[in-house]
Amino acid sequence: MDIFLQQIINGLTLGSVYAIVALGYTMVYGIIQLINFAHGELVMLGAMVAFSVIGALAGTSLPPVLIVLAGVLAAVPACMLVGFAMERIAYRPLRNAPRLAPLITAIGISIILQHVALLVWSRSPLAFPQIIPLVRYYIGGAIITGVQIAIILTSVLMMAALTLLVYRTKLGIAMRATSQNPQVAGLMGIDINRVISFTFIVGAGLAAVAGVMVGTYYGIAHYSMGSLLGMKAFSAAVLGGIGNLAGAMLGGILLGIVEALGAGYIGDLTNNVFGSNYQDVFAFIVLIAVLVFRPSGLLGERVGDRA
Amino acid sequence: MQRTQLSLAVLAAVAAFTLAGCGEEKKPAPVVAAPPAAPAPVVVKLGHVGPLTGGIAHLGKDNENGARLAVDEANAKGLKLGGKSVKLELLTEDDQADPKVGTTVAQKLVDAKVAGVVGHLNSGVTIPASSIYKQAGIPMISGSATNPQLTEQGFNNVFRVVGRDDQQGPAIASYLQSEVKPKTVAVIDDATAYGEGLANEVEKTLKAAGVKVLPREKGSDKTADFKAILTKIKGKKPDAVFYGGMDATGGPLLKQGRELGIKAVFAFGDGACTDKMKELAGDAAEGLLCSQAGLPVQAANKQFLDAYKAKFKIDPILYAPFTYDAANLLIEAMKKADSADPAKYLPELAKSSYDGASGHIEFDAKGDRKDAEMTIFTMKGGKIEPIAIIKGGKTTKFEDFIKAAAPAAPAAPAAEAPKAAAEPAKPAEPAKK
Amino acid sequence: MNIFANPRAKWVGFTLIAIALAGLPFALASAGTAWVRIANLAILFVFLSLGLNIVVGFAGLLDLGYIAFYAVGAYVYALLASPHFNLHLPFWVILPIGALVACLFGVLLGAPTLKLRGDYLAIVTLGFGEIVRIFLNNLSQPVNITNGPQGISRIDPFSFGSFSFSQSETILGVDVSGPIKYYYMLLALLLLAIVVNLRLQHSRIGRAWEAIREDEIAARAMGIDTTRIKLLAFAMGASFGGIAGGMFSAIQGFISPESFVLVESIMVLSMVVLGGMGNVWGVVLGAVLLSFVPELLRYTVEPLQKSLFGRSIIEPEVIRMLLFGLALVLMMLYRPAGLLPSAVRKRELSKPEDGAE
Repeated sequence: MDIFLQQIINGLTLGSVYAIVALGYTMVYGIIQLINFAHGELVMLGAMVAFSVIGALAGTSLPPVLIVLAGVLAAVPACMLVGFAMERIAYRPLRNAPRLAPLITAIGISIILQHVALLVWSRSPLAFPQIIPLVRYYIGGAIITGVQIAIILTSVLMMAALTLLVYRTKLGIAMRATSQNPQVAGLMGIDINRVISFTFIVGAGLAAVAGVMVGTYYGIAHYSMGSLLGMKAFSAAVLGGIGNLAGAMLGGILLGIVEALGAGYIGDLTNNVFGSNYQDVFAFIVLIAVLVFRPSGLLGERVGDRA
Repeated sequence: MQRTQLSLAVLAAVAAFTLAGCGEEKKPAPVVAAPPAAPAPVVVKLGHVGPLTGGIAHLGKDNENGARLAVDEANAKGLKLGGKSVKLELLTEDDQADPKVGTTVAQKLVDAKVAGVVGHLNSGVTIPASSIYKQAGIPMISGSATNPQLTEQGFNNVFRVVGRDDQQGPAIASYLQSEVKPKTVAVIDDATAYGEGLANEVEKTLKAAGVKVLPREKGSDKTADFKAILTKIKGKKPDAVFYGGMDATGGPLLKQGRELGIKAVFAFGDGACTDKMKELAGDAAEGLLCSQAGLPVQAANKQFLDAYKAKFKIDPILYAPFTYDAANLLIEAMKKADSADPAKYLPELAKSSYDGASGHIEFDAKGDRKDAEMTIFTMKGGKIEPIAIIKGGKTTKFEDFIKAAAPAAPAAPAAEAPKAAAEPAKPAEPAKK
Repeated sequence: MNIFANPRAKWVGFTLIAIALAGLPFALASAGTAWVRIANLAILFVFLSLGLNIVVGFAGLLDLGYIAFYAVGAYVYALLASPHFNLHLPFWVILPIGALVACLFGVLLGAPTLKLRGDYLAIVTLGFGEIVRIFLNNLSQPVNITNGPQGISRIDPFSFGSFSFSQSETILGVDVSGPIKYYYMLLALLLLAIVVNLRLQHSRIGRAWEAIREDEIAARAMGIDTTRIKLLAFAMGASFGGIAGGMFSAIQGFISPESFVLVESIMVLSMVVLGGMGNVWGVVLGAVLLSFVPELLRYTVEPLQKSLFGRSIIEPEVIRMLLFGLALVLMMLYRPAGLLPSAVRKRELSKPEDGAE
């Protein structure tokens, strides 16, 4: 039982990271029906910037929590700037282009960001300074570390803040209006371009936070780390119903738990014919199954005719 | 539509002619190098291939540095072949750790008429590339491809200076078995040709020794989160865990294992036998066991270490001593044959007997390193320290090995020996408290 | 679409192309045999792009896991013509089998995803591609089928009796290297594939695909059996991938699952989009460009830097990738419908768009 609980904790932590990244995908998609495939690279950039700041401050006598916070404070604006520039340069001119065009620019942007990061931060995997002391808490035989608690809490907080933003502020109303019908929103006096820019900026900020989390949790950052994470988070967003905030959160956490349980139990259940080597397969099979029975994701309501 | 076709045709024709033009431009180049206007040295080209982009690009660069150091040293010393002074030139290519790119750049080196090749890094890329070198009759020495298949193809031009997986695996496994005496061992790999190959050998050796091995768990070479796998393993309470994979995944694996409170001994192969493990896993790295194919860098050759550091301002990471030796082997064989013609120096290469940065090197009939020494390391005070040498199935304590080797060994290892022997003693004391 | 309007211009065009294509390998070989190899890989990518174009360009179904079919074809060839199972069937037997098996996989992917649209389809196909790769990577246990990550080596090259495509020999006084022989073989198959594609596009099936791409509901209302036609697109596209995979296996002589990763799928998709979805010639152009440009950069960037600054400041590999990324972005900004847009797309783009497509 303690093993099962431990797997749930593992899955929750991993899922929280997926969820925050998935939120970035889903917000952008919700507003302009665009899959920002370069979103994963923003996570990588966040981790890299934080690495530099944390590395520079690690020798000082500041408390570790402050150092990590400084890393976040540096990473968030940096990623926001890149996110903003990305939308202006690569996506805005293509708003009325064929659907696949922005997808290709996203791939181009991904390649560029990765290699710029390679030039700046070298190609070696960067080891985050191990400044946060390992604190273990025991819950019914399972272990949860301080960092894991911080990750889960942060992601819940971010989710709550984002919900407030979208449903309780004027800007949120503008965002929802734009997502419903950009033309009409424009007629109502909403500056659509500003709203879309803002959405990208918020998404990039979330990605930066996720980057710092991943970096401090696993203790490693690498210029190519964004693509796999981005792919998983994108699956999470689709699983929950892309364009839906709660869906992204649910999808992320579900995907995390499915991966953990899949790796943990399928081997024993199938007499080791299938094992943890098929971990990613379980995640995708669950995804495919959900989509086949609910083609627009778990919480997605819009089954519009989008080709 | 016809316009399209016409323009396509023109495009194709133009492309063909430009390329042909390129060819003509390029052709004179080797001729220019040759004429005896002055005692201008003859240029002999050597190739080095490894991934310079992608996830293990840092190791590719490390390999390249090793080869470059050897070439630069040889040039500085001056090299004469067939009565003419020769300047070596190192052509480096990026195979992106991709077999498809690997064959293309291999062909590129063949076209450039290199006299020999050091590389590639990954077994999966080296194997398809080796058949292209074979067709061109160009000798290649890999300093890091450990997969047995490479030299089992029966190619006479293919060599490696690193131990095979089926030598290294049994070494670390038998050390683990005799020192830790585990009842149950969990084996994990990163689902790459290297990681899985090594893990298979470890599992085989352990099973033969009557140790219970848990069903294999696998991550990937990009996995950052091993918690699910480790949690499952924790439930089965193994006494030791072996991971076949690189440091970039091995470090996080070890860290997460300790976070989960796994008390077992963690053991790794050469891909994760680096000081980087300390950076990646923090204090959790202390006490890990790992193996390297060949003599430890620290023990064998201080000259190499110093020269490398002076030249590149960083420490060698992993396989640089091997690629350094590989390049030197090519150069030595050329010297012996007094020719850079592959057909002439290849027989000399096969007969090599050479003391390099990674120890004494001779090749067997397949092109593998004869009696490759394997070294077992442990992590002490943030550095990996050699603790035992395994040769031909016999384990020697590292200190004893150094003592035995010291009188007979050439200058360089001897100078290093007292230091290396003394060092493990020091951190041993604080470890007691 | 008046291909047959001016026969003379057409024949001049064809003759020029034929001469250029026939002479190309020898021109390339004078610059280095590596270029012939690059040309061969480029032809394989043209093959793949044509296949993917059927799914994405003709039928409008976004497929991000296309490389899986390539992998299936490659493994079918490798398993039937290597010492792994000690089978050595001739290539003209295996290639059709590979196409058939890939075709089956196409239906396997198509069947459960028929209901999905757009982005959801994209992620499922992406997942499918990964699933196939992971299975190939792991089917060494409990029964060793694919030899796992170790890959399969010593795969037979193409050969007719004693005429082997991997050996160099002198034919009629001309040195013909292995890659040059493959070039002609691949070219012949490619021309066949292009003809099939052109015919398909203007057939009843091609028009049905176009109808589905433009408006699936309307297409169904017009009496098109959308289920069957969509499956057919997947199957046909997949079989092209299967054939290309078999040829890849034979040329390389060694395959392992790491050759069939997601990046490859994305690369093929970029070729299709860059060239112009739905236009066979555009797709060919896109694939050729994206295969050659990175290699050209590899050859030019370092000498250029050396002559400008005396040493290489940024490694050529990094510049190559940076320029490649930049090219993708700029292309889409200035020619979003591709280099050679299909006629239908052209019409669409000239009309003012209203919101979502």
